[in-house]
Amino acid sequence: MLDIFRYPFMVNALIVGILIAVCCALLGVVLVLKRYSMIGDGLSHVGFGALSIAAVLNISSPLYLSLPVVTLAAFFLLRITENSRINADAAIAVISSSALAIGVFVASINGTNINLQQYMFGSILSVGKSDIIISVILSVFVIAMYLLFYNKIFAVTFDEDFAKATGLRTGFYNTVISLLTAITIVVGMRMLGTLLISAMIIFPSLTSMRVCKRFISVVITSVLVSVFCVVSGLLTSFTVTDVPVGATIVIFNLAVFLVFLLISAIKNAAAKKNK
Amino acid sequence: MALLKATDLKIGYSNNVVFENLNFTVNAGDYLCVVGENGSGKTTLIKGILGLLQPYNGQVEYSDGLSRNHIGYLSQQQKLSKDFPASVSEIVMSGFLNNRIIAFNYTKQERNEAMRIMQRTGVDSFRKKSFSELSGGQQQRVLLARALCAAKKLILLDEPTSALDPLATAEFYSVVKALNKEGMAVIMVSHDITSAVRNASHILHLSSDSYFFGTTHEYMHSSFGSRLLISDCPCDACAHNTKRGGREDA
Repeated sequence: MLDIFRYPFMVNALIVGILIAVCCALLGVVLVLKRYSMIGDGLSHVGFGALSIAAVLNISSPLYLSLPVVTLAAFFLLRITENSRINADAAIAVISSSALAIGVFVASINGTNINLQQYMFGSILSVGKSDIIISVILSVFVIAMYLLFYNKIFAVTFDEDFAKATGLRTGFYNTVISLLTAITIVVGMRMLGTLLISAMIIFPSLTSMRVCKRFISVVITSVLVSVFCVVSGLLTSFTVTDVPVGATIVIFNLAVFLVFLLISAIKNAAAKKNK
Repeated sequence: MALLKATDLKIGYSNNVVFENLNFTVNAGDYLCVVGENGSGKTTLIKGILGLLQPYNGQVEYSDGLSRNHIGYLSQQQKLSKDFPASVSEIVMSGFLNNRIIAFNYTKQERNEAMRIMQRTGVDSFRKKSFSELSGGQQQRVLLARALCAAKKLILLDEPTSALDPLATAEFYSVVKALNKEGMAVIMVSHDITSAVRNASHILHLSSDSYFFGTTHEYMHSSFGSRLLISDCPCDACAHNTKRGGREDA
């Protein structure tokens, strides 16, 4: 087992993986509770489009293009979700499939040797040396911002009207949330893949909400679940050859979710019996 | 000294004007009850005061050092999701956030204050419970406690007693009244006109085409008030008033 530490790419993957796991879990709680789950999905598709274009343009690190593009998309998506007159579901679906189509189109027309499958489903190897530093900095930034604004993020998530009415700058905190989401998705999708990164955001918080009833315990449990799944997924995909890491991590998330679901069902049944 | 002054206010939403040319003031220590039929714009007015809705015309001025983060607010409709995982104390404490720039943790002083408020509103016995496990009335009291944490000079209550049983309603009114006696200005939307005139110092009665604003005493003698109140006013000014004795006909 300790073999893995002899492979630098595996060490990189573990470091970046754990950091991404923490970011995804922290933001996932907010996005799920704010009913913004689909925004994560939409943004990852926009990220895919940006990655393809970056590859065609030969940009040294694709993060330089995908980060600003996804951040812009995050602000935009949050705005349409706030404006109830537009059907946000439909808008997100349109944007995400358009971005996906543009990405595939650009990649194919150019005939470059972009490995589409690698973008779709992620790869451990995709975390290169130049990326790891940016990824670590960005993830640490996300975690620090989240901790700094933790209570305000709670207030904006729980009851935005009250927060605004009593003088909290809700627009600012929503912007912070969308910026952090954009960063997390851009950094995470290289390893997890476009199609699976949103599972990383949604699963841990859904899982912890089965059993936790306080906000702080949901956040902490989500982080633990998320890190556990990423580490187990990475180790499994390393020991079993040709298993894509993204899929393995999502399967672990699904398994833990089912376990928590079972626990909550047993708890509820026991509570009913006691009555 | 006026805390709040509304001048020529015209407010609505989705291009429907709910009311216009509305003028009133709230001074420090006032207790203003906003009454009126369904759809007369009471909640819309509250949203206008809080800046959640932009007025089409006119303005709401805060003065005497009042700013948004001195205001506590208890809303009418709970759009809050039923299964939100949050404990009572997490929610109550979030009322303090409007006075903080960076809020990584709460101070000891805030914790003590929250405890005092939770005892006062009767939610301290279940402060560790999850919000989603509480009854409607208990949730309402939790949200009142949060509003009290936020309120420094003014508290706005939008039909706060609609989910409460009669006993809890009476307790609620006495908490608000005590708060008002300590100097907090109160603006409360209510359908309960009898307790409104008993507790409030001023009444704002909104109706589809006109409105009344004045002290409770003036209200009871106005055409608005006398129409809705059954009580026979013993005062001399009313002696010549033919009481119609009608109940609320809205």
